[in-house]
Amino acid sequence: MLRRTIPMLILASAGLLLIVAKFSPFTVSWQETVLGWFNILAAVAFVLGAGNLLAVNLEQISSRRPGWAYAAITLFAFAVTLVVGMFKVGAVPNGMHPDIHLAGAHDVPQAPFGWIYDYMLVPLTSTMFAMLAFYVASAAFRAFRAKNIEAILLLGTAFIILLSQTAAGMFLTGWIPEDSVFSFLRLDVMKRGITEHVQTAGMRAITIGIALGVAATSLRLIFGIDKSYLSKT
Amino acid sequence: MTTKNTEQTPDGMRGFFVRLGRLDRRWIFLAMGLSIAVPILLKLRFPEVPGPMARATFDSIESLPDGSRVLLSFDFDPASKAELQPMANALVHHCASKGHKIVFMALWPLGKQMADQAIKEVLLEYHGDKYEYGTDYVQLGFKAGNEGVIKVLTTNVAEAYPTDASGAAASGLPLIADVRDLGSFDLVSTVSAGYPGAKEWVQYGRESMKPEARLTSGSTGVQASQLFPYYPAQLNGLLVAVKGAAEYETLVTEKYPVDRNSERLEQGRIRMGPQLVAHLLMIALIVLGNIAMIASRGTQGGAR
Amino acid sequence: MLRIRRVPAMLAALLALVATAPLAALPPDPVDVSAVDRPGDGGAAVFVRWRVPAPDETARAIVERSRTVAEATREGAAETPWILVAEVDPLLGQGDGYLVTGIPNSKGDRHASDEIVFRVAFIGTDGERTPAVEAAPVVARANAFLLDKIPLAIVCVVVSASVLAWILLSRAGWSVKIRRIAALEAIDEAVGRATEMGRSVLFVPGIQDMNDIQTVAGVTILGRVAKTAAEYDAKLEVPTARSIVMTAARETVQSAHFAAGRPETYDESSIRYITDEQFGYVAYVAGRMVREKPAACFYMGAFYAESLVLAENGNAIGAIQVAGTAEASQLPFFVAACDYTLIGEEFYAASAYLSGERDQLGSIKGQDLGKLFAAGAIIVGAILATLASLSPSGPMAGASTAFRAFFGG
Repeated sequence: MLRRTIPMLILASAGLLLIVAKFSPFTVSWQETVLGWFNILAAVAFVLGAGNLLAVNLEQISSRRPGWAYAAITLFAFAVTLVVGMFKVGAVPNGMHPDIHLAGAHDVPQAPFGWIYDYMLVPLTSTMFAMLAFYVASAAFRAFRAKNIEAILLLGTAFIILLSQTAAGMFLTGWIPEDSVFSFLRLDVMKRGITEHVQTAGMRAITIGIALGVAATSLRLIFGIDKSYLSKT
Repeated sequence: MTTKNTEQTPDGMRGFFVRLGRLDRRWIFLAMGLSIAVPILLKLRFPEVPGPMARATFDSIESLPDGSRVLLSFDFDPASKAELQPMANALVHHCASKGHKIVFMALWPLGKQMADQAIKEVLLEYHGDKYEYGTDYVQLGFKAGNEGVIKVLTTNVAEAYPTDASGAAASGLPLIADVRDLGSFDLVSTVSAGYPGAKEWVQYGRESMKPEARLTSGSTGVQASQLFPYYPAQLNGLLVAVKGAAEYETLVTEKYPVDRNSERLEQGRIRMGPQLVAHLLMIALIVLGNIAMIASRGTQGGAR
Repeated sequence: MLRIRRVPAMLAALLALVATAPLAALPPDPVDVSAVDRPGDGGAAVFVRWRVPAPDETARAIVERSRTVAEATREGAAETPWILVAEVDPLLGQGDGYLVTGIPNSKGDRHASDEIVFRVAFIGTDGERTPAVEAAPVVARANAFLLDKIPLAIVCVVVSASVLAWILLSRAGWSVKIRRIAALEAIDEAVGRATEMGRSVLFVPGIQDMNDIQTVAGVTILGRVAKTAAEYDAKLEVPTARSIVMTAARETVQSAHFAAGRPETYDESSIRYITDEQFGYVAYVAGRMVREKPAACFYMGAFYAESLVLAENGNAIGAIQVAGTAEASQLPFFVAACDYTLIGEEFYAASAYLSGERDQLGSIKGQDLGKLFAAGAIIVGAILATLASLSPSGPMAGASTAFRAFFGG
């Protein structure tokens, strides 16, 4: 009973308290305080995650399951980065405290940790993000089919936005004077109209729905109507 | 690399388009790779005509009296660097050209490194003779807490940042020693890739700024749709994706040209070449896909 | 010709005119200068009021304040005991008064300032400044309730009341019909397909931590998916990007296995922490998808740029994909690449929908009432704004302004 009752009580009291706290200047900062507590918890939980990472990858290496080489690379990278970062290996001495090694700067390009950041993390994350361009192209080829009226409207909008985001937009319709009756045919004008009115309206509608969904979900959790997050064992 | 198809495929042109509809995605990846690489290698550049939002961003900074105090928040990481670093660099160059006093900060863990890059490549490169650390610019670094940091900044900057990024006491830095809260800044600008970012600055920071202070943002294209409702009421300027960066760079470098390493302030415009070719490729792919769909109507194996 | 007797009188008049000319250009001093704490705020704001006896002669009003205790100790403070607050239109001081914000709090009290004295001086049309008139000292104090949050409080009460009311009504037996949500109906189909093909089910609960309500909603759906997977004896994999999410997911999946009567099939190692780094996480998941080729992929939670990478990879391996997120900017990617997508509020309604309990279904109805309220407010506001634009000085303009001000516009 305690495993279910105490979490419910904590959730209900904290939830209601923080809602009411929003309306008084004396209590409005409680939300940041609670967020700070959560950040501390998350930082401690990070140790748990690191332990799990080690356990899972070591087990994969020891059992030589397919893909165990990836586990070995993961552990090697984890260990090197942890040691180099935590002990500030090769850190550039701090001008104000040159004798204190741990006061040095390790996140500069001259230090190994900074080198790992500049020559490994940055290229790898940039590469992953850049892959989106390829996936967008394959998704566009596969999924953007004019099967019905809505899809045709979507395609037309896509063409307008794609062209207006490049020099092609100015080339195709930039010659139409901005103050003429036909200025609405300029691609940049159409893009502005679509993004500032059509897209904004749709986005606001979805956002309102999401906000109401958040409110309803939170109320279900606070009042204990939804108990799915609690352990049933 | 086309997939084998055992269903009936018509002959001739129709058959060609039906087979095209089943094109292996790797050909598409190759085409996209070439459409980005070739313009970069050929250094294709196109003239940029700044739009109203880029102009509004430019005017927000340009109209401030020289030497105003500005806060630049670098809320992105290396993944979005290609899209956002160009506008960040242009922002720093613009502010420095006006002699504004700049306070750098970051809400993302790796945002500090992005700010360091802008300081090194732009601020010190082009304005190093006029900018002294502590008096003209300060790097506060990253602070954990997401929007909680912004909320603390609205009332007490010293509580959020008692020291700068290198550990020096904030009270010893003349630029921020008397800064109380966000109301002390004439401009706050965030370059943001997601959460926490521009939306949080609008929701939590705008109210505490002076009514006449400006809030501008640069964001990725994907996130921009969430920010359009805030422009121009809460956001005085908004730069959207690489296009916005290129337009803003055009305005800044026209007014404040540099005499060396100019490509550091042209990255947005450099990226517009591949963007044009890639967008044209996407349009061509969509058209081809639809032709394939029409061509395959009535056959057993339809286009996927 | 002038009579000699009139010359002294004329000279005297001329002298008087010359002597009084400079005084005639100076406007009258400010009158009824007062400063009052702004009510219903968090402190740091004061209304400064004054009257302008001669508006035609007064060009600007200068508002200054005394230094706080802390400010008075700074270097050079003794020479400038008054701080310029603003130089404004003199008529702004009438009515409610000119609002001064940013007043520093007292060192000893975070919610009140020191005693501050405000003073107002006028600048005439010739640029001459009148003596300043001081108001009585005022303390900018925080009040118990923030008045500008009243509209938020009203909306909170309305939405909460409608949700709670419908929960009670549904308990009382009122009919609660929720439309069919295809994505949720497809969970059984997807897991069944994975079982038939002898392949695993992949569940990605987003990349944010448990303090994000989307992650809570995602983990709730995980419980349902895990229960179905346990019943069908399908292998479930849950890579997480946060340690706390891993812990919560393990609890949820274990409970699901117990609920399905299959506690022995629970495998803790299938729920593992990968990395907090966004693209490091998606690189792992994408690689895992390409190697293991799960037959069903669920993406339920908060996603950002990695959404398309996941969805396209899932498409490439031929998996059936069901996605749900409240990140509006990622919805188009999921809609384009996934078989089923829960859009925004459908995602939040999922846990209630899947439970089938009357209470929870009632809360979805209450949420819909809130949407009606929002739609009604939008329609009323749009009509008022349209009428106001047609008649800018008419009564509708005032109504439109008041309506917008109520909602914080």
